[in-house]
Amino acid sequence: MSLLTVSGSPHIHGHQSVKSIMYGVVVAMIPAIFVSVYFFGLDAARVIFISIAACLFFEWIIQKYLLKGPLTINDGSALVTGVLLAFNVPSNLPAWMIIVGALVSIGIAKMSFGGLGKNPFNPALIGRVFLLISFPVQMTSWPLPKALFDSSVTDAITGPTTLGILKEGLNAGKSVQELITSPGFPGYLNDLVGAQGGSLGEISAIALLLGAVYMFFRKIITWHIPVGYIGSAVIFSGILWMVDPSKYIDPAMHLMAGGMILGVFFMATDMVSTPMSPKGQIVFGIGAGLLTIIIRVWGAYPEGVSFAILIMNAFTPLINKGFKPRRFGEVLSKK
Amino acid sequence: MKTFKHGGVHPEENKLSAGAAIEILPVPEHVSIPVSQSLGAPSKVVVEKGASVKTGQLLAKGSAFISSNVHSSVSGKITRIDEVTDTSGYRRPAVIIEVIGDEWEEGIDRSPEIVSDIRLSREEIIQKLNEMGIVGLGGATFPSHVKLMIPEGKKAEYLLINGVECEPYLTSDHRLMLERGREMMIGVTILMKGLNVGKAWIGIERNKPDAIAHLENLCKEFPGIQVVPLKVKYPQGGEKQLIKAVTGREVPSGKLPVEVGCVVNNVGTALAVYEAVQKNKPLIERVVTVTGKSLKKPNNLLVRIGTPVNKLIEFAGGLPEDTGKVINGGPMMGKALSSLEVPVTKGTSGIVVMTQKESRRTSVINCIRCARCISVCPMGLEPVLLAQLSENQLFEEAEKEKILDCMECGSCHYTCPAGRPLLDYLRLGKNKVGVIIRNRGTK
Repeated sequence: MSLLTVSGSPHIHGHQSVKSIMYGVVVAMIPAIFVSVYFFGLDAARVIFISIAACLFFEWIIQKYLLKGPLTINDGSALVTGVLLAFNVPSNLPAWMIIVGALVSIGIAKMSFGGLGKNPFNPALIGRVFLLISFPVQMTSWPLPKALFDSSVTDAITGPTTLGILKEGLNAGKSVQELITSPGFPGYLNDLVGAQGGSLGEISAIALLLGAVYMFFRKIITWHIPVGYIGSAVIFSGILWMVDPSKYIDPAMHLMAGGMILGVFFMATDMVSTPMSPKGQIVFGIGAGLLTIIIRVWGAYPEGVSFAILIMNAFTPLINKGFKPRRFGEVLSKK
Repeated sequence: MKTFKHGGVHPEENKLSAGAAIEILPVPEHVSIPVSQSLGAPSKVVVEKGASVKTGQLLAKGSAFISSNVHSSVSGKITRIDEVTDTSGYRRPAVIIEVIGDEWEEGIDRSPEIVSDIRLSREEIIQKLNEMGIVGLGGATFPSHVKLMIPEGKKAEYLLINGVECEPYLTSDHRLMLERGREMMIGVTILMKGLNVGKAWIGIERNKPDAIAHLENLCKEFPGIQVVPLKVKYPQGGEKQLIKAVTGREVPSGKLPVEVGCVVNNVGTALAVYEAVQKNKPLIERVVTVTGKSLKKPNNLLVRIGTPVNKLIEFAGGLPEDTGKVINGGPMMGKALSSLEVPVTKGTSGIVVMTQKESRRTSVINCIRCARCISVCPMGLEPVLLAQLSENQLFEEAEKEKILDCMECGSCHYTCPAGRPLLDYLRLGKNKVGVIIRNRGTK
C-alpha cells in the first residue's frame, strides 16, 4: 500500500470552478453575439474576434514576460473581458482602436493590479471609457442595424442611439412625446429585439435577458445587484417621469434603451469589482442605478451605465467594510 | 419544509451503505483503547499491565468535571499501557489488550429483551451516564452526564435529538434509527427525564423517509416526542443549525445551546443512554459506517471500541489498490488518517475510503471575490476575509471578525471555485486567537 494522503477537511469539493464560471458567462453572452452579427453583419464578428484575440494576447504576453507567472489565458476571464469590450463599442470601430482598448482593459485595468481577481475596476469598462474619451467621434458614430444580408441598405449609414436621439432632442427643447413619435425613432419593440443603433452587445434586451436567466440558473450571478440596480433606476426615473413626462423618459425606455441591461447583468455583476455581502451588493446596485439615471438625465453623455458602474466599483472596498453579513447569533448576544 | 436559514451547501449525498443492515464485526485479536476519548480532561488509568480484564470493566476514570470513564470493550490480558497514534495523528496513552474469549462483567444485561420501565431518578440517571462513560456520539464526544447538569440560572425547555446525519456517505445514525428505533426512543425518554423537560424533537433530513416514517410511528407510544422532517442541507447536524431549523431560536455567539433553552443529543447517544440506564452497559461499542466508492462492500458495523481501523476495512472487502485517503468521520469534517492501525474510538462515526483521484485537492488560483464562501457560511462569517487576516497574521482583527464562531464545517472551502484552502487558514487563525485569549487571561 502506498502512503495515505493527510490533509485538513473538507475532503470533497464542489463542482464550480473559476473556469466553469467564466465559460458560463461566455455561454450567456452567445445570444447577444448572434443578435449583434444579425443586425451588424460581419463587422460585428470582426470586432468580437479582434477584441478577444487582443485580450488573450495581452494577457498571455504580460503574464509570461512581465509577471512571469503560470499561463492564465485558459481560465476564461480574458475571454469574458474580450467579448464584453467588443459588446461596448460600435461595429465600425477601426481594428487598431479595438486593440488599444484591449491593451487598456487587460494591461492597465487588470494585469497591472496583479491579474485575475485583483482589479478594482471592471477591465472591459475601463477599456470602453478610455476609448470613449480618447476617440469620441468613432466611439459614438453608430452604424444603424439592418437585418443580415439585407442589401437594400448600405453599410455606410450611421446614426445616433435611442438615448442619443432623446438627449439631443431634449437639449434642443423638444418634448419626449415629440421625439418618440418622430420618424426614425426605434421604439420599444425594436429596443427589445435589438433593431436600434448602439454598441454591439447592448442593442437587444431579449438576448441579454436570455443570457441573464441562464446565469441565474447556473448560479453564476445572484439577484442582489440586478434587483438593486433595476429597482433604483426604475423608481428614480419613474419619479422624474411622473413629475414631468414631457421632459423625462419613462422607466421602460430607460431600461430597454442603451446599455442598462448589458451593464446590470454582465458588468455590474462582475464578482471581482463588486461588493461581497448580499447587503453590500444591494447597496452597490442601488448606487449604480441612481448614478446611471443621474448621468443620463443631467450629464453631458447620453449614456451613464459605464460611469455609474465604475464609480460604484471605487466604493466597493468601503461597502465591504460597512455592510457585513449578519453574524449568526449576533443580535441576541448584544442583549 | 424546515431548515436553517443562513448559508449551507448541498454536497453529493453518496449514502452508499444506506441499505446495509448493521452487522456485528467479530472481536479482533487485540484492541488499543485510548485513555482519553472525550472532550475535556484526560482520564486516569486504574488498571495495571498484566492484569486480566472482563468486557465492560473500568479501565480509566474521569478525572475532572468534564471528563469521562473508559471501559474495556473486550476480555483478555493487558499487554501494555503505552502511547499509540490515535485518530488525531498524535501519540496518546492507551491500554492495549490481548483478547481472550469474550467474558462480560456481571450485571450487564445482554439479553435482546427491551426494557421500557425507567426506574432511575433524575440524579441516578446522571450518575449512571457518568459511571458508564457515555459521551456524545455525533463526533464531538462531549460527556453526556455534564450536558444533563444545567448551569444555575438556566433552564432547559426542549431536548433536540440529532438524527440529521448531514455528512455525505455516513449512514450509521440512519441504520440505527431504523433498526434500534424503539430502544433509542426509550433513551430519548430517559434524557427527557434527566433534563426534566416535557418535549423532545427528533430532527431528521428528508433523504431518510423510512427512518422518519418508522420513528413517527413509534412516537405514538412515546408522549412528548415528535419527529421534525428537515430539508436536506449541510451542515444541519451542527448544533446551532439544528436548533435554528427546529425551534427558530438562535444560540448567541460564544454561548451554549442551553442559553436558548435547548439541549442537543445525537440519536446514537440516545441509544447508548438506553443501554447504560436500562441494561447497565458501558459505552464499549458503536455503529460505524465503512464506506467509499471503491470499497467492495460498503456497510454499517457494530464495532468494539479500540478495534484497529484496518479490521473494519478488511470486513468491507479490503483496502482497494488505488486508495489515496482514509477518513475518520465524514468527508466534510472528518480527519484524514495517517495509519490504519488507529483504533476506533467513541467519536468514530464512519470510515470513508477515497481513491487517489478523489484525494487530490484542486489547484489553487487567485480569489475572484465571488463571495460564495460568504453566502454559504452558516455562521454568517466572511471566510475570505478571515483567511486573509490569518494569512497576514492579523489575529486580533480576526478575533473581532468573530473567527471563533467558525465551527469548521468546511462549506467555504468546499464551495470556493478558486480552490483556496480557506478552512486551513481559518483553523490556523482560530488556534492563534485561542492562544491570544489564553495569554490575556494569565496577564
